[in-house]
Amino acid sequence: MSEALPQRIVIVGAGHAGGEAAARLRGMGFAGDLTLIGEERHPPYQRPPLSKKYLSGELSLERLLLRPPELYAQESITLLLGERVIWIDRPVKRVRLSGGREIAYDALILASGAKPRRLPLPGSDKSGVFVLRTIDDVEAMRPLFHPGSRLCVIGAGYIGLEAAASARQLGLEVMVLESAARPLGRVTSPEVANFFLDLHTHHGVRFELGVHASAILGGTHVEGVQLADGSILPCDAVLIGVGVKPETDLAQQCGLAVEDGILTDGQCRTFDPRIYAIGDCARRPIPLLGRTARLESVHNAIEGAKIAAAAILDRPAPVLEAPWFWSDQYDAKLTIAGVLDGYDQLVLRGDPKDGAFAAFYFKDSVMLAVDAVNRPAEYLGSKQLLQRNESLAPDAIRDISQPFKAIMAQARVVPAKA
Amino acid sequence: MPKITYIEHNGKSHTIEVAPGMSVMDGAVKHAIPGIDGDCGGACACATCHVYVGAAWLDKVGKPSGMEESMLDFASDVTPASRLSCQIKVNADLDGLEISMPPSQH
Repeated sequence: MSEALPQRIVIVGAGHAGGEAAARLRGMGFAGDLTLIGEERHPPYQRPPLSKKYLSGELSLERLLLRPPELYAQESITLLLGERVIWIDRPVKRVRLSGGREIAYDALILASGAKPRRLPLPGSDKSGVFVLRTIDDVEAMRPLFHPGSRLCVIGAGYIGLEAAASARQLGLEVMVLESAARPLGRVTSPEVANFFLDLHTHHGVRFELGVHASAILGGTHVEGVQLADGSILPCDAVLIGVGVKPETDLAQQCGLAVEDGILTDGQCRTFDPRIYAIGDCARRPIPLLGRTARLESVHNAIEGAKIAAAAILDRPAPVLEAPWFWSDQYDAKLTIAGVLDGYDQLVLRGDPKDGAFAAFYFKDSVMLAVDAVNRPAEYLGSKQLLQRNESLAPDAIRDISQPFKAIMAQARVVPAKA
Repeated sequence: MPKITYIEHNGKSHTIEVAPGMSVMDGAVKHAIPGIDGDCGGACACATCHVYVGAAWLDKVGKPSGMEESMLDFASDVTPASRLSCQIKVNADLDGLEISMPPSQH
């Protein structure tokens, strides 16, 4: 297929993926019309610090932004903020904004991200009930984040626990409610989850595990959370952190295939060859996982942007990385390489009691993923092994008298999957 | 404001002002200087902001922390002048700092 390269590229969604795609396209020499449309009023920014150093006040808004606002004009990127795309007219290749304006494209990138899930709890419209996804979400909760204020976090995932750690650092009283028997149930092993449970407990966070919130109580402002057993937990603020839902409505309405994410091929292309989808809203084949996945991460946002920009401009595809993630809570830096689902063996290197250890996950004796707490060598080394499709013998890993790099020398290439 | 000179692997040089408190990585990324990715935004989670500190500046910039050193061990083309630029905070003493970039961050 040799078609003329596009002259007009429109990106829907000005988050990390959309912002990165715009920067990559210009960086690769694309000189045509480039329009970046975002619903938020802020230029593209990093979301990971929102629950960490931005919430705790250590990082300024300026440093949160991916690039200074003036850079967009300098690079002739039309940045339309506070604008919502309501329709994609695929036959004529135009997007329509809520105000009626239409913008033509030769290539369209959907980077619409995800929205926090809400809970259908009575009282969840009271003031003092928050989710955490945007700068504005953090700014809204800031007035209540002062010493002595009581925060109830519903959901013990990464966002909830990171916010709990930031809140403790700011002097709040924090309790975390979780319907499962342990925190981080969807994302890590019981061994790593218990480490974080102990860490937070040590820092004064109170946990209520295996409980269900049934209502948010109070007048116009939240005063407490009621549990299904009738007990009441008084608080001044509630943070709901129960995961996100990909923003796929527009794609679905416009006839693109959606299955927990907008479906794309390995080039981030939907079945409409002029439309790409990247970041939290998209699902693509991940060769290293041997399946499709919708990953919610900075790595995936950046990689999708690189893949789509290269595909649109007919350049060589980028080298793919093993999926990676991180979470900072107090002095614990958790770095993750790979995806652990379906693991049948866990090998610990180091002792969680020492505050630095790594959990290696295997399936059929092949390494799938690593959760490393304050263990950068195990994280980066394993990430490189996963990228090279190499694995380690589980027994070799336990020997902490050997540096991890020495153990890596024993890695073996994994036979290709049938 | 302190001036910092970034030299790409191809020799192209960029001298910019970077506000004190920002990192050397922040300065490059926010001025769209190619060659420093800084994917994780300075969380010390990706090792894509590897640079070489100019010989005259090694003492002033100081030594990497243990965590940074462990990460550098897995970067490519590492030398004794290697640092992760997200871990170098800019201050008045670093006015004039010169750093150069490795062939690749991946």
